[in-house]
Amino acid sequence: MSGLRVDQLSFAYGRKQALREVSFHIPQGSFCALLGPNGAGKSTLFALLTRLFTSRDGTIEIAGHDLSQAPRKALKQMGVVFQQPTLDLDLTVHRNLTYFAALHGFSGRDANTRIEAALDRLNMRERQKETVRDLNGGHRRRLEIARSLIHTPSVLLLDEPTVGLDAATRKSITDHIHALSQSEGLTVLWATHLTDEIQDTDQLLILHQGRLLEDGTAQALRGTQPLADHFLSLTEESTVA
Amino acid sequence: MKPFVVVLIAIVAREARRFVGQRSRFIAALIRPLLWLVVFAAGFRAALGLSITPPYETYTTYETYIVPGLCGMILLFNGMQSSLSLVYDREMGSMRLLLTSPLPRWWLLFCRLLASTSISILQVYTFLGITALYGIRFEAAGYLSVLPALLIAGLMLGALGLALSSFIKQLENFAGVMNFVIFPMFFLSSALYPLWKMAESSELLHDICAANPFTHAVELIRFALYGQFNMSALLWTCGAALILLAIALWGYDPARGMIRRKG
Repeated sequence: MSGLRVDQLSFAYGRKQALREVSFHIPQGSFCALLGPNGAGKSTLFALLTRLFTSRDGTIEIAGHDLSQAPRKALKQMGVVFQQPTLDLDLTVHRNLTYFAALHGFSGRDANTRIEAALDRLNMRERQKETVRDLNGGHRRRLEIARSLIHTPSVLLLDEPTVGLDAATRKSITDHIHALSQSEGLTVLWATHLTDEIQDTDQLLILHQGRLLEDGTAQALRGTQPLADHFLSLTEESTVA
Repeated sequence: MKPFVVVLIAIVAREARRFVGQRSRFIAALIRPLLWLVVFAAGFRAALGLSITPPYETYTTYETYIVPGLCGMILLFNGMQSSLSLVYDREMGSMRLLLTSPLPRWWLLFCRLLASTSISILQVYTFLGITALYGIRFEAAGYLSVLPALLIAGLMLGALGLALSSFIKQLENFAGVMNFVIFPMFFLSSALYPLWKMAESSELLHDICAANPFTHAVELIRFALYGQFNMSALLWTCGAALILLAIALWGYDPARGMIRRKG
């Protein structure tokens, strides 16, 4: 178990370089925020981490498994919440979760136990018979997070999971994932462009124009500045340069 | 082995549920071949005389002739529609979710293909039921022997859609595929007219039709409906299915990154 390790990862769409030699390590059980403006390369990084496509340059290790050498072992240890909604709106909460459990090979009683545990974790149990279409945006997100935990992964990737949610819901989801990371030893990579979702003790990666500009705890990186100002000055500087 | 079966059942069940939920799609998919049968074929009946060629042993009306072609049409449209829906982002999300499963990718794609083919086959049987009411009936055994033919033809056409979906990056609408894939495939085949009839007007067109895998899929279905087996049609259809499946798997291979897209 060694969390998430990315080493010298580069990727280009044709001639357009999207990631340049990105390296970082998130220790097991840490919450790490990936901060970057739109177009920084966050989505590309997520596509590579979830093996939507692969790169020949660099390596990705999920809980000690190399994603290109042992993809199935690595995917088993990984939970993902995508930026775009991936729920079947016309199916019930429970059916959505059963489908996902089956994708990981779980069925019958085993699947049900896992689904109930996942729903309990996100306080969603009473909604399991509701159709997803009837849930509000916040509950849909919580459901996707619950779903990503069904196969008890050790690494959880979330790609801007709070997009389109109101402030209170954003805060409750952000707090919840922080708590989960601590209580269950879950390694979390949380991509965002909103600085208020990041706590001072979090590990922080700042990605801009495909390069990793900074890697450290949020507090150490921002110093005495508010994080938003620090982030702005950093991304503006390198845009000008 | 168990996880493989669990995934297969889950994916087929999901497609079936989505299908039940989209009744309008089901009706639309049936209206299309029925219009061809009732309107187009009725009009052409007088204009087109068909000679007796296998598998037909007696004089056949034009309506009877085009039924297997229309079965093929259902498979063709559905194969394209279900695979190409992956190109749209909403479905792409569910594809991304599918691909995070720790099972091998070829199995996941095959399950999805099998799921959409099963739904198409259900539609073909509904269509055959309606044509029976309309008066075009086949031997009872024919309805059974057509099942494997429909399965192979459906997998081939689904694989074509899947292959296309991995290469087409952006698709404004379904019309592009209609114009450049579905219509040429359908019209340049034996679905609406026998190949010998085509040869009378143009040798070149005949050769194109004879090379079109859809022609062979339709012939496979046509012979099977009459309880007969057409070896060359089977080989052509299976061969095309394997090649198209290989292209689809290649397209969805993460290292090739044909599904690379920004965002």
